[in-house]
Amino acid sequence: MQKRLLVKGNEAVAMGAIEAGCRYYFGYPITPQSDIPEYIAREFPNVGGVFIQAESEIASINMLLGASACGARAMTSSSSPGISLKQEGISYMAGSELPGLIVNISRSGPGLGGIDASQSDYFQAVKGGGHGGYHTIVLAPNSVQEMYDLTMLAFDLSERYRVPAMLLGDSVIGQMKEALVPHPYVAPDDLPAKDWAVSGKDGRPQRVVKSLFLGDGELEAHNWKLHRKYQQLKDKEVRFETNGLDDAKLVVTAFGSTSRIVMTAIRMAREEGLKVGLLRPISLFPFPEKAFAETTSRIKRVLCIELNAGQMVEDVRLSVARDADVFFYGRPPGAGSLPTPEELLAQIHMHYKD
Amino acid sequence: MSTAMKQVFSHPTSLKDVQTHFCPGCQHGTIHRLVADAMDAFGVQDRTIGVASVGCSVFLYGYFDIDVVEAPHGRAPAVATGVKRVHSDKIVFTYQGDGDLAAIGTSEIIHAANRGEGMTVIFVNNTTYGMTGGQMAPTTLPTQKTSTSPYGRNVSTDGYPIRMAELLSNLEGVAYSARVAVNSPKNILQAARVVKKAFEVQVKGQGFSFVEVLSACPTNWGMDPLKANARVESEMIPYFPLAIFKDSTVA
Repeated sequence: MQKRLLVKGNEAVAMGAIEAGCRYYFGYPITPQSDIPEYIAREFPNVGGVFIQAESEIASINMLLGASACGARAMTSSSSPGISLKQEGISYMAGSELPGLIVNISRSGPGLGGIDASQSDYFQAVKGGGHGGYHTIVLAPNSVQEMYDLTMLAFDLSERYRVPAMLLGDSVIGQMKEALVPHPYVAPDDLPAKDWAVSGKDGRPQRVVKSLFLGDGELEAHNWKLHRKYQQLKDKEVRFETNGLDDAKLVVTAFGSTSRIVMTAIRMAREEGLKVGLLRPISLFPFPEKAFAETTSRIKRVLCIELNAGQMVEDVRLSVARDADVFFYGRPPGAGSLPTPEELLAQIHMHYKD
Repeated sequence: MSTAMKQVFSHPTSLKDVQTHFCPGCQHGTIHRLVADAMDAFGVQDRTIGVASVGCSVFLYGYFDIDVVEAPHGRAPAVATGVKRVHSDKIVFTYQGDGDLAAIGTSEIIHAANRGEGMTVIFVNNTTYGMTGGQMAPTTLPTQKTSTSPYGRNVSTDGYPIRMAELLSNLEGVAYSARVAVNSPKNILQAARVVKKAFEVQVKGQGFSFVEVLSACPTNWGMDPLKANARVESEMIPYFPLAIFKDSTVA
């Protein structure tokens, strides 16, 4: 029997990061993610890691930039208002082609908002977030197990493409406890050598990590290079989960914690004999565009459910077959706005056609 | 007649033999040379990582033949913290202007200093934002005219010039803090000693070292280089005194 642990989602992120060999963490306290720095502050001395509680979110993302420029596997974590502050550094990391993990255990907003679960940071996460027209890799776990697994995957993808990666959770997924089966991290054998990292030039030519390109044509060429990598991510690194699509008349799509409530609503609908299936994006960037296109070439009705007023639904609409109907149900986040399975079942009834 | 020839002056090996983009009379070139001389003196060029900031000094990597990371505006001490924590056995320095370090980056410099990060910070104070065209800086002197203080800095609304070397010397984490100028041969020789000392503090693992260098910006001051140099002596040094404010390496 495999070892099963009852742990919080946030702890699973910290455990996955340590197992994946991350030894540099820079952060700043904010609810509902503080379990991550607390766990790492406690455990890093046992593995020789460097933990810094920075003076600000801005400093912590820039410490990550510096550690990453040295080729170290490094991370930061925060929640929505803190992630807004980190956007400057994330843009510089993207421009400098630096890997690194940024965890957003998102909370409700705008502004100080509240500490409730929220998916209102979808646009910020998948459309770049900061200035300059870049993307980060965005993975959205929906279980404590995925918090662990996708943390490891995020490091690997980030280093393979030299694109910063974001793990996008929320306060439900971060704070809930469920069973975790920890497993050893196995490094992919195709991770490229970090022949760009600074270390003191020591006999080799100078290395420079930068995002300033002023020469004629330099910046355009640099941006095309970045966009070729984003295309490679779309071609090779899309992750999603499907269930019950073979006979489905209605596809329900949701990501992260909302998908857990959706799964219950789908089970209730199936018990009533309704043919309802699930398409859950796991990678939000790259978005599963082809999966939506292929699914809606057969199934013409899609219901998108989010804990916001409609964000991912825009990417769904851009991806589906032209003759597919896309419906949306969502509630802006805040205390008491988490939908019940019965509430979502009613939405399924409203949009289901045999 | 046999005369033993001894070379007493040469181009620093840490500095590339290239033309700079600096304006005529700008003293960044002189300060670059002092930093390169310090690296050469300790033979650390091959294990030094520089952190460039935003402003006229961003092209650090074009002039120093060392590994360099470019930081966002004001964030160089945070970036350098990440670098130094990974490479604790390497020499790490930032090179920042007054807008970068004493305005937008105030938080980062104070906390990196307070943590006692084992880095060296070279702070170039020329009382203006040079790269963006001569706006008011946190170090702009009272009544000094700039493009954003066209009637002169009014301390009642704009506040006072910040004396960073003194301010940082009050932090426990700081091992060495000094201010120098490069407006005369005498001051340049003293600046060379102080910059070298700041690197020595790091080489010996004695903690955080900080050197503020008063510098002329003739272009944005609207002066020729000689008048700008004279202004450093007549206006800047009286407000920003040259001194070693803290040296915790001496008993």
